[in-house]
Amino acid sequence: MTNKKYKIILIEPSAIIATGLQELLKSYKDFEIIGVFADCEHYSEHITRLHPNILIINPAVIDFRHRHCLEDLFDSSESCSLIALVYQYVEPEVLKHYHTTIDIRDSKDKIIKKIESVANTATVSSEQPDAAELSEREKEILVSVAKGKINKEIAEEHHISIHTVITHRKNISRKTGIKSVSGLTVYAILNNLLDISEVE
Amino acid sequence: MDTFLFTPQMKLADLIHTDYKLLLLLPRFGLNLGFGEKSVQECCKQNGISDTLFTMICNVYAFSYYLPGEKELNQVDIKQLILYLQRSHSYYLNNRIQIIQHQLTTISEKGAVKQRHILDRFFEEYKKEVVKHFEYEENTVFPYVLNIEQDAAKAGYSIESFEENHTNIEEKLNDLKNIIIKYLPGTELLSEKTDILFNIFSLEEDLNKHALIEDKILIPLVQKQERHHDK
Repeated sequence: MTNKKYKIILIEPSAIIATGLQELLKSYKDFEIIGVFADCEHYSEHITRLHPNILIINPAVIDFRHRHCLEDLFDSSESCSLIALVYQYVEPEVLKHYHTTIDIRDSKDKIIKKIESVANTATVSSEQPDAAELSEREKEILVSVAKGKINKEIAEEHHISIHTVITHRKNISRKTGIKSVSGLTVYAILNNLLDISEVE
Repeated sequence: MDTFLFTPQMKLADLIHTDYKLLLLLPRFGLNLGFGEKSVQECCKQNGISDTLFTMICNVYAFSYYLPGEKELNQVDIKQLILYLQRSHSYYLNNRIQIIQHQLTTISEKGAVKQRHILDRFFEEYKKEVVKHFEYEENTVFPYVLNIEQDAAKAGYSIESFEENHTNIEEKLNDLKNIIIKYLPGTELLSEKTDILFNIFSLEEDLNKHALIEDKILIPLVQKQERHHDK
């Protein structure tokens, strides 16, 4: 596959900086900026739906109260790399959450290099197929979930750790696109994994 | 990047042509079709609606990059905003959700008994969730918002708890989409299934916009009032 495009979302409150960075990346075919936002508070859902490969964020938009915002974004778009865009000193503790940092004083080449290095790692994970059917184990777990059992009970029943139960549940929801317990119950019954009398 | 936005001076018909989904807003404002060449301002005035609020809500609907400015927010009539939100709630419940439920029944009736039972039950649960969500807003949040204007807000509550309690009512709707797209057996009723899916996608989109109006207009407005009272 050639002519690969990396989809970038930029979250930067300064219009000057945002426009500048867009302009700078314009001449690079590999990068496409698919969205620019001034803050991330109210856009988080929107952002994940655009499925970016790279998120460039000014850490200043994520204040102390909303630092969870970043983790939310990060969690729901695991194949997406994070780049911090900084004007001034930012605590290393904060930058730890990012894959790399662009300083606005960086040269053009340096900026491109940084984005490229991150982009390369981003695609590896995003190209993994996601279409697999549920495994037998996952089906068993799903039936337990549909019966209304809580994680602890499921763990005991199947002799696995709670952590493993959570991983299975995440995978089940990712594959089926169904998250709620009642939705999974419907799935289980439609697929004859469970009889309706068992959930009455 | 030029940012195009609606203004009260534009023709109302032009707004609809720009984004036909704005049609859904008209009944909630009590506006009728057949407004000829009238501007937003004129139409709003005739119907006793704030044109600032109407334009603002249209902008939130149509442009994801739009965020109302401080000056605009100062002009918002909170009572009208709350009225709009309440009307939206009853529109979703009595209109959109009702239609989807009806369509789902038509589809499930064709299937096996167990199917019908489980699908109907799933949708009832979803409806209950939505009702609970709206009731919380109407019984707790809106009275608080209306009171804070008159300085009589209950102590111990703040709009921040609203943000925390803002539950996710989209999850089940999204689940239902996947159930119909991917897992509902039977080759019949294709057009009924696509119809219901269009309605679900559109309701979902509309509910997202509704949440945006709360996030971009209601919450900042109330936070400003709260700051004002704290001083």
